[in-house]
Amino acid sequence: MEHLISPAHSMILGFIPGWLISFLYVVVGVGLFAYIIAKRLAPLVKAAPDNSRFANIPARLKNIAVVWLGQIKQPRYMFAGVLHMMIFFGFLTLALRTCSLVVIGMFPDFALPGLAADQPVGAVYNVLKDYAATIVFFACLVAAIRRGVFKPARYAVPKELGHDHTAEAVFVCCIIMGLMVTESLFEAVLVAAGHDAFLPPLTLAWAFAHLFAGAPHGLLQVLHIVSYYCHDTLFFFFLCFLPMGKHFHVITSLFNVAFMRVQRGNIKPMVYGITAEGLDDLKSFGVKKIEDFTWKHMLDFYTCADCGRCSDQCPANLVGRPLSPRFITIKARDLMFKNYPLRGEMKKSEPLIGSIFTAEEIWSCTTCGACEQECPLGIEYIDKIVDLRRGLVDEGEVPQTLQKPLKALGKRGNPWGKVEKKRADWAKDKEFAAECNVKIVENGDTSDTLYFVDSITSYDDRMINIARCTSKILDTVQEDFCILGKQEKDSGNEVVRFGEEMLFQQLKSENIDAINESGAKKVVTSDPHAYNALKNDYPELELPVEHISEVIVKKVKDGTLKLKSVEDPTKVYTYHDPCYLGRHNGLYEAPRNAMTAIPGLKLVEMEKNRDRALCCSGGGLNLFYEPEENERMAVLRVQMAHDAGANVIVCACPFCMVNMEDAIKVAGLDDQLEAIELTELIEQHMEK
Amino acid sequence: MEILVCVKRVPDSAENEIEMNAEGNDIERDDLVFSVNEWDNYAVEEAIQIVDNVGGTVTVVTVGDDESDEVLRREMAMGAAKGILLTDDAFEGSDCKGVATILKGCVDKGNYDLIFTGAQADEGAGAVGGMLAAMMDYPYASLVNKIEAGDGKLTIGREIEGGNQEMNEIDLPCVLSIQTGINEPRYVGIRGIRQVSGVEIPELGAADLGLDAAAVGEAGAKVKKVDYFVPESGDGAEMLEGSNDQIIEKLIEILKANGGLQ
Repeated sequence: MEHLISPAHSMILGFIPGWLISFLYVVVGVGLFAYIIAKRLAPLVKAAPDNSRFANIPARLKNIAVVWLGQIKQPRYMFAGVLHMMIFFGFLTLALRTCSLVVIGMFPDFALPGLAADQPVGAVYNVLKDYAATIVFFACLVAAIRRGVFKPARYAVPKELGHDHTAEAVFVCCIIMGLMVTESLFEAVLVAAGHDAFLPPLTLAWAFAHLFAGAPHGLLQVLHIVSYYCHDTLFFFFLCFLPMGKHFHVITSLFNVAFMRVQRGNIKPMVYGITAEGLDDLKSFGVKKIEDFTWKHMLDFYTCADCGRCSDQCPANLVGRPLSPRFITIKARDLMFKNYPLRGEMKKSEPLIGSIFTAEEIWSCTTCGACEQECPLGIEYIDKIVDLRRGLVDEGEVPQTLQKPLKALGKRGNPWGKVEKKRADWAKDKEFAAECNVKIVENGDTSDTLYFVDSITSYDDRMINIARCTSKILDTVQEDFCILGKQEKDSGNEVVRFGEEMLFQQLKSENIDAINESGAKKVVTSDPHAYNALKNDYPELELPVEHISEVIVKKVKDGTLKLKSVEDPTKVYTYHDPCYLGRHNGLYEAPRNAMTAIPGLKLVEMEKNRDRALCCSGGGLNLFYEPEENERMAVLRVQMAHDAGANVIVCACPFCMVNMEDAIKVAGLDDQLEAIELTELIEQHMEK
Repeated sequence: MEILVCVKRVPDSAENEIEMNAEGNDIERDDLVFSVNEWDNYAVEEAIQIVDNVGGTVTVVTVGDDESDEVLRREMAMGAAKGILLTDDAFEGSDCKGVATILKGCVDKGNYDLIFTGAQADEGAGAVGGMLAAMMDYPYASLVNKIEAGDGKLTIGREIEGGNQEMNEIDLPCVLSIQTGINEPRYVGIRGIRQVSGVEIPELGAADLGLDAAAVGEAGAKVKKVDYFVPESGDGAEMLEGSNDQIIEKLIEILKANGGLQ
């Protein structure tokens, strides 16, 4: 049988050489793509600098391997995740084939080095790519049906936030299916026309070859050429369409993951590379207009695939606060597209708050980090929210309820405005002092271990019990320790996240001076917020920082801390992960191990646990903020504990305790559920 | 519009534990933190908003000592263009009339269309604004919670008994005492205060203001504080007992009997 004429050797419309058409496709397609990318890069050039993204290369390579190539976050949403992985790996496999196909349009015998069909690697590759195309085709078909027919709630766009993205999603699925069909058809008709090649069974190409077996030569010839140019058209259209919306991630994801956050728990500096003195000279603080974002944060906006996982996990979104992290990104991306159009003049930037964002939206975030934990593309939110808050604070736009605690923090070093000299009063109570004598630096005491108590645990009538239990535990394990007393100021974990940078700098430097002067060699905290600030936001503090749960686990292991059997065997315990212990610092197991070190303790897990734990709403000064919301996060959380079959919810954070104890009453679960703090639980079960 | 806002540095009630001194005629002031009188903050914010709309400048003035500099700077960080510190040993121990006399000296040296005071300050007399207006022979309105600037006059709202609202027209120049809630004062952080730390604040004494030292301060005071005490606490709360329904019924009865419900 006569072989088919290749596209390169064909005459299009009878007189234009195919190779010329193919060549023009490449010139126009690549040229247009380069133009679009250059336009898209324009705002990034004007953005704020961030050189930290080029440091710590090994961690970045690991992220590329695990997050990008390994798609580690995808199976967290199993069905969509597996579909995505099929398409992703299919695309990677087909990338080589697509490149060679473009060249084949000009040089019909072209093959990438080593990938010719008569070479072993090439033969294997040909089999792989046919299966890849088939898998991608069916994955896209399922994805299109899922998006277009079943419409999962996660993708819905509230009316006030713009247009629905379903059409774009389904359209792109169709383009990809078109690419797979034309690629397979191009090859299949060759075989149908008698070309000697192996088509792996049950692939699209194999099916087409069977379908067209015995078809007239003329038809096969037409199909061969038409499928080639359809593929070429779809390919270059797709390439240039990607940077127009949420599918830009196909191009940017590799870069976004390479540059994603490698350090956890910390907040970005006001400006990268700035000194404390340099802060005074800055004309403006924080992000006020789109160009104030860093280039990486702009890349985040471009990269968002609109999968909705961040908002699906966001506790603020869950309780109906006016914040959905997904739309922080989408609104910013839409603005970038509008202000930096592909054609025409760039537009002048307007203030973001009042145009695309509202102040309430920005204050609604608890900085719990659930969104960042979930994002498969390494998109950040907390630093952006904090930068926007810095801008609001700089403009004096701070909600009235939050001005009082901030002023009090500035004047007294704690958000309630309690006097400094009473900060260690919890330790001076006669009954407690008789049992456990706490050394206080202000009295001239010293020791190697410093217990950093922080404000809420020092002053709150209920939470001082955490300070006392922590002290008793440290005392029992013969850890010689002291506290700073009135020299201690609030750790500022909430203050920096609130965007009051100068106040944070003041609190930080006072604390660092006091800690260094105390001569301590190690810091222990019972408050995860203090733990996080000292560990991640105090880079100048060179001492190791431990959470009390780590101390407990260590001391149980070496036999210093002996725990007796659980007091009430009918109790079923569950553990609520505090955001600043878990997500921000990866301490999931130590508190659980501390609990299960109590013989006979029954531990059950809630539906959302570890890195998916639901925030109690205590972070980022939210204890003082009165947000618009339909329900309270902690109420949902205690209901979750109840549903898990627990009758005791164990918290390892004073903020969580405030919220959980309150929520149990609000939810009407007083008779069925109680809250206890980890140190209280351990103290109850200590053999003294 | 040229606006003068009179402010005062007072002990911050939210951030202090107030205790009586040994003599029993004042509070213990050693360990207190001070800030600007809350009402004054609303007055400055209102002045800034008016100037933002119709143009002009906001000047803040206080009668005090060196330490009062901090409240002037705080209000300048909010957006007041100028600050004036009225300070003199002769001013110490002034009563309300004395303070009003000193402020009049300052008003006379400027060309102000509008003068604000807070509705009251830490001593609770709420008298300085009215006295100043009388001395200047300016019209005066107290407890103002709404201002619309017009041509040569203002439309102002006043909060009156029972949550009712009254609207008035008042001719300029005038003196207004400003009630909290008229606006939402902007936040002032450490950064804002640092940025105005270098601005010079003129200090004026009795001689600069053309005042007779005997008319102000302790010498001129006709009101003297003779005692200061915390009232004895009453019998304490009445605890209602019974089932929820019974408690609610009793509570409604009590509220009705005392005019809380009609």
